[in-house]
Amino acid sequence: MAIDVDTVRKVAKLAHIREREDRLAPLARELSGILGWIEQLREVDTEGVEPMTSAVATALPMRDDVVTQGGDAAGILANAPRKVGGFFVVPKVVE
Amino acid sequence: MTSLTDLTLKDAITGLRGRAFSSEEITRAHLEAIENARMLNAFVLETPERALEMARSSDKRLADGDGGPLEGAPLGVKDLFCTKGVRSTAGSRILGDFIPTYESTVTSQLWRDGAVMLGKLNMDEFAMGSSNETSAFGPVVNPWRSRGTNRALSPGGSSGGSAAAVAASLVLGATATDTGGSIRQPASLTGTVGMKPTYGRCSRWGVVAFASSLDQAGPLAKTVADAAILLTSMSGHDSKDSTSLAVDVPDFADFVGRSVKGLRIGVPKEYRVDGMPPEIDALWSKGVAWLEDAGCEIVEVSLPHTRYALPAYYIIAPAEASSNLARYDGMRYGLRVEGATLNEVYEATRAEGFGEEVKRRILIGAYVLSAGYFDAYYLKALKVRRRIADDFTAAFERVDALLTPTAPSAAFGLGDNSADPVAMYLNDIFTVTVNLAGLPAISVPGGLDDQGLPLGLQLIGRALDEGTLLSLAAALEEAAAFGEKPKRWW
Repeated sequence: MAIDVDTVRKVAKLAHIREREDRLAPLARELSGILGWIEQLREVDTEGVEPMTSAVATALPMRDDVVTQGGDAAGILANAPRKVGGFFVVPKVVE
Repeated sequence: MTSLTDLTLKDAITGLRGRAFSSEEITRAHLEAIENARMLNAFVLETPERALEMARSSDKRLADGDGGPLEGAPLGVKDLFCTKGVRSTAGSRILGDFIPTYESTVTSQLWRDGAVMLGKLNMDEFAMGSSNETSAFGPVVNPWRSRGTNRALSPGGSSGGSAAAVAASLVLGATATDTGGSIRQPASLTGTVGMKPTYGRCSRWGVVAFASSLDQAGPLAKTVADAAILLTSMSGHDSKDSTSLAVDVPDFADFVGRSVKGLRIGVPKEYRVDGMPPEIDALWSKGVAWLEDAGCEIVEVSLPHTRYALPAYYIIAPAEASSNLARYDGMRYGLRVEGATLNEVYEATRAEGFGEEVKRRILIGAYVLSAGYFDAYYLKALKVRRRIADDFTAAFERVDALLTPTAPSAAFGLGDNSADPVAMYLNDIFTVTVNLAGLPAISVPGGLDDQGLPLGLQLIGRALDEGTLLSLAAALEEAAAFGEKPKRWW
């Protein structure tokens, strides 16, 4: 299925990536090419097949509900682009 | 006397333990080689001071008769592994000058065992690529050249820096990761040995995530024995990775040199694809003959869903990546591009921080997971993935391992495949099936093509049966007697 410019714009919005208007048409072509190639999966009969969601057939382990790490605010903030007084600084989100 | 950088990891460990040379000496020799090979662009960060400090500590332990299995041996680390206090970028601008405050489990085990870190190795951005050309630091140049030319070739990817560094004897061995072939394809293109272990063998904790159900760490090495030594240190259960397997780790080196007599080897007919260069087909036949001579029984098998593996992968991996890479929002670490609103900061940061291929894959991932397409694409791909895994299960009822080529071509020129994403994706046609099924596989150099470029053979094994693969790989290595090294031009 071909992807048009509007779809690229919508998906880029969903993915929080700004794409320049002049990039939308080339991207639509590239993504259509890739998805066109992927279409061949339709040939495979998957009637009654369970989707495979994990590479190993084991149940996820459970651990005791206890704190294993914590109290390292300095470490967590060490790479913050902006921080003040032990907090991340982010753009204003509430008017 | 041969240079200390010519040694295999195994011989270097023996020499270090026997005090034939110190860790500081062999570390300095490698640092010098790295300095003289900057035009290969294999390293994104050299850490000579840390290396010498680690080497001196190793020398103390060795002098005291202590020391771990890798004591004093200098290695390189793919920049996908977080290293405490050392910049880790995953080959991306979006991580900027990220300096982890923790160490990945895999690398911490190497340091526990006494290894010395030389620096961080170049790679495709977030491990998305098969040529190392998507790196924010520019491509790695393959130390191999076609006979009589000086055209720059790709070392493959995504672990291109790891493979080139091993091939050029800049490191004794390196860590790498493999999501669709990123250890094995570069190994094939650089005449080195690369192993992707069973999914869950090596902890993913502290490894920057690409596609979590497919990512697996493994070694790139000069020889099969070296790969076995590295794999032993890198493996083991880790409660910090919920998919890490709670199984014993054997000493994988014990399997190298073991007889392979009586093993049944499957040759999957679907791997003989249209347009495969005759030299690769010929090498594959040679590999079959070598294993036959070693006493193996050869059986033709069928893996009927092979051709659907790559398309399924290019739904599953981007879907997981679009989710994993959502964390790069400019708020907590890495690049931030300022804007008037929160959404503007997100969008501008991600636009500037991610490269074209990474963006493409995030967009595909977001598309196949979006309302209305989830069943048709994502769910369909997961069902095809089950079909592919079932093919292997059926084959392994009849055989102990499979033999295939590793890659559909020898090293290609930088820029040759970068215009067409799908053409680049086809590089992983023989390797990607294994990631989908979670199985172990290894690439071993088999010979040179008529341009003088290395070609690899791949062995695929049952889950957790890395031991048998290493025995078979060692048998292939011995028969192939691949002693070639790239002729030094750098």
